Amino acid sequence: MAREAYITGVGQSEVGVRLPRHPLLLTVDAVKQALDDAGLTLDQIDGVFSFPGKAAGYLAFSPVGTDDLIEVLGIKSKWQMGAMEQPAQLSAIAMAAWAVKEGICRHVICFRTVYEAGGMANPAEYMPLRHDTVSGSSQWTSPFWATSAACWVAQYASRHVHKYGMTREQLAQIAINGSKNAMLNPNARAITKEELTLDKYMSARLISTPLCLYDCDRFSDASTVIIVSAGDAIDEVKATPIRIAATSGSVDRYSWDQVEWSAAYDAGPDLWKSTDYRPKDVDTVQFYDGFAFLPITWLEGLGFVEKGEGHKFIEGGHRIARDGELPLNTAGGQLGAGRLHGFGFAHEAVTQLRGKAGERQIPGDPKVAVATSGGGPMAAALLLAKD
Amino acid sequence: MNPPRPKPKLDAENRAFWTGGAEGKLNIVKCNDCGQYTHPPRILCRHCQSENIAAEAVAGTGVIDTMTVNHQPWAQGLEVPFVIARVALDGVPGVYLTTNIVNSPVEEVNFGDKVRVTFEQQDEIFYPLFEKVS
Repeated sequence: MAREAYITGVGQSEVGVRLPRHPLLLTVDAVKQALDDAGLTLDQIDGVFSFPGKAAGYLAFSPVGTDDLIEVLGIKSKWQMGAMEQPAQLSAIAMAAWAVKEGICRHVICFRTVYEAGGMANPAEYMPLRHDTVSGSSQWTSPFWATSAACWVAQYASRHVHKYGMTREQLAQIAINGSKNAMLNPNARAITKEELTLDKYMSARLISTPLCLYDCDRFSDASTVIIVSAGDAIDEVKATPIRIAATSGSVDRYSWDQVEWSAAYDAGPDLWKSTDYRPKDVDTVQFYDGFAFLPITWLEGLGFVEKGEGHKFIEGGHRIARDGELPLNTAGGQLGAGRLHGFGFAHEAVTQLRGKAGERQIPGDPKVAVATSGGGPMAAALLLAKD
Repeated sequence: MNPPRPKPKLDAENRAFWTGGAEGKLNIVKCNDCGQYTHPPRILCRHCQSENIAAEAVAGTGVIDTMTVNHQPWAQGLEVPFVIARVALDGVPGVYLTTNIVNSPVEEVNFGDKVRVTFEQQDEIFYPLFEKVS
């Protein structure tokens, strides 16, 4: 059991839009829930990992850092990490896995807290200062009003329309599937209030073709916590441990417009290199859907289908439904359950593999899941197994 | 009337790109040793790490590699719809520019269209926009 890493606890705060509760308290709520889930106490925690660390210049994006948690929870931490310069959100969990495999830590709290809705209600405290100029990578897009990632993802999606014949009706299935699943997710009540129909989707206003309003996730306030434990420490845990069977990440160039294909097409194949599992063994996938086109890139990048075939696979939505051959985003994804920014996918994968997903539990006894994060030039994926 | 475009902060690496339009030049960093281009511009060649580089005017023509019609007004008063495109520059392999395609109705802009640069000045910045070659 040594040299293995397991997810042993998961927790999630209330998820809402403009929650009055302070984001540090939301984080503590999620930590307590994850500890309770694992049957661990704070004095057993010896590491804290996060993406992207506290964003001092834009607190709505990331209001809580690893230092904050170490301080207010009285954690005796041996190693911590919170950084934006990682392949993508879930790479914080991958790094925690390496830390416990290496014997540096035994039980690590990994978290992602967002306050992007509440922060807009309190701009002086949470929003970035307005600058007269743009610099860094945004100077290559913002001057042309490609100010949102929606416009960047739209150009990849548009290529699928032009080159492979993807239709809006096909793309719609990501958001429709997400809304159906979100209706059965108690944590998604503030985000999804009714099922999305194809008619409603097709008549929604366009944001950046082919993406419409329902193809873009919504700012929310929440904290999600994942506890990662060492293989030789799981006898201290009461919940069913879920093994982190493989990890992968990729950044080729940190640029949205100089890369030919998004990083999912690199991180995807890499996920299978250190495991005997193959796509056919996977019981459910939780794919980053900050924009609806991204799960299609993961379906193709991970090899579930050939490049240029993802939209055909999701057509009609039956294959990706909870009772389909490859249930996708069973908690609703970010489109249905809010912009939890990556960690929601690991949370739901673990919940499904443990059979604890209540009304939205997929049939059978799922044993293998994939959770992914990122889009464009950045990607990170986790292969999770109950074995 | 559109609001002013977000303005790049000029520095040693990007100045030639954003101000070249004053002389009608679309400047891209080229390596004098290996002959390859580096974009976004850097003070060294990203292919061979040579410091013997210089911004050099390129043809200023290209092809629409991918595009989207943007309908969302991201700033107050921004007129929509308009085309955001990724242009593959002629003679500059591996370099793309995100830009706007102007002077054509959005429904007449397509993948594979041949385009050429046209600069829009705002203070000291010359934004390289593109228009269809008729």
